[in-house]
Amino acid sequence: MGYSLDFGWLRDAAGAIAHGAAMTLLLIACTTVLGILISILGAAARRGRYSLLRKAVAIYVEVIRNTPFLVQLFFIFFGLPTIGIRLDPIVAAILAMTLNMAAYTTEIVGAGLDAVPRGQSEAALALGLRPRQVFVKIILPQALKVIFPALTSQVVIMMLESAVVSQIAVRELAHEADLLQARTFRSFETYLVVTMIYLGLSMAIRRSLVAGGRRVLGAGVS
Amino acid sequence: MIEFTFWDILRNLIFATRWTLLLSIVAFGGGAVVGLLILFARISKHPWLRRFGAGYIALFQGTPLLMQLFLMFFGLPMLGFRIEPWTAAALGLTFYASAYLAEIWRGGVEALPRGQWDAGASLGLHYLQELRLVILPQAFAITRPPAVGFLVQLIKSTALTSIIGFEELLRTANAINNATFEPFTVYGLVAVIFFVLCYPLTQYARMLERRMPAH
Repeated sequence: MGYSLDFGWLRDAAGAIAHGAAMTLLLIACTTVLGILISILGAAARRGRYSLLRKAVAIYVEVIRNTPFLVQLFFIFFGLPTIGIRLDPIVAAILAMTLNMAAYTTEIVGAGLDAVPRGQSEAALALGLRPRQVFVKIILPQALKVIFPALTSQVVIMMLESAVVSQIAVRELAHEADLLQARTFRSFETYLVVTMIYLGLSMAIRRSLVAGGRRVLGAGVS
Repeated sequence: MIEFTFWDILRNLIFATRWTLLLSIVAFGGGAVVGLLILFARISKHPWLRRFGAGYIALFQGTPLLMQLFLMFFGLPMLGFRIEPWTAAALGLTFYASAYLAEIWRGGVEALPRGQWDAGASLGLHYLQELRLVILPQAFAITRPPAVGFLVQLIKSTALTSIIGFEELLRTANAINNATFEPFTVYGLVAVIFFVLCYPLTQYARMLERRMPAH
């Protein structure tokens, strides 16, 4: 066959790969925090009083869930400048990832809110708590506990999807792989190594989220 | 510069959609066949086969599809196969789909009460007959909603094959955009076309879910 694997280039490439992995982690950290905050608002709005707001959130969720992330990214990065909104690639990536993630987690958070028995809010209201206090202090913590495994999975899925932001030249892990293979001509080995790093990242993110969730939300979080 | 009217753009995009559809169908069919084999490994009596199945699923669910496509596109030529983007796209998405379908169906198999296996055994069925006649039909039935949900994910995933050069909807859109400089219209229309393909399936999955008897 005449082709032998060569990983000698890895020594010089370690710095670039580490930088790319750090950027991937930064992107997903921003996305997770922003996405979950937006989705709590979204889920609350969907169960709120204002029918127009309910409809708007529903449309947003359906549009995002039924179109590819890559198309959303291109629409934001290439499309928005034509109406005068020009974004830095990193900002565009975080915006696209956050909007995508929030649509999925709005459904997840909503399912968690529905899972908390009605008696919980009735009891809290009877004790004299205001509706907002009931939501933040009583309902939300219980809902988060129920949906924590689903949220964790969504964070991992989004981290893996973030590989496509390499296409708008954000220098994260996949983009570093593109640059490396162009320089070393070792395409297969480069993508093999980077794929394994993604595998390590997804396992590490899952494990640390599960451990962190157990500490913050208490026992019973798997 | 070529002049494209709105209708020219739309017509070209709709023509390209057949490749998106064809790739989705091939990947779902191929993924079902390979996924069935992985399911057999995953629920086998042999520990090393089970471990292989679990490892296969963890690998494909724990790495980006884009990297899997790149490995397929750059890896196969290394083994001496000349590979077209279409082949790399179809193979890559087939393996990706097989891991997800195997995991969905495994959930169905494990949701069945133990008594279903015992009943099959007491009727004198051997392992493969039990699977074929008793276990799998029920497992497929109760996992229809997530399987349809995954089909939506797969259709959306075909957009990634534009990056390895497969001429589907998004790649055609990129070419049109380069000629017309109308990214707002072009990518907006691509989003609309994907939505039209995916939304009915999403609704169908929801309907199946609602109809499902609670266990």
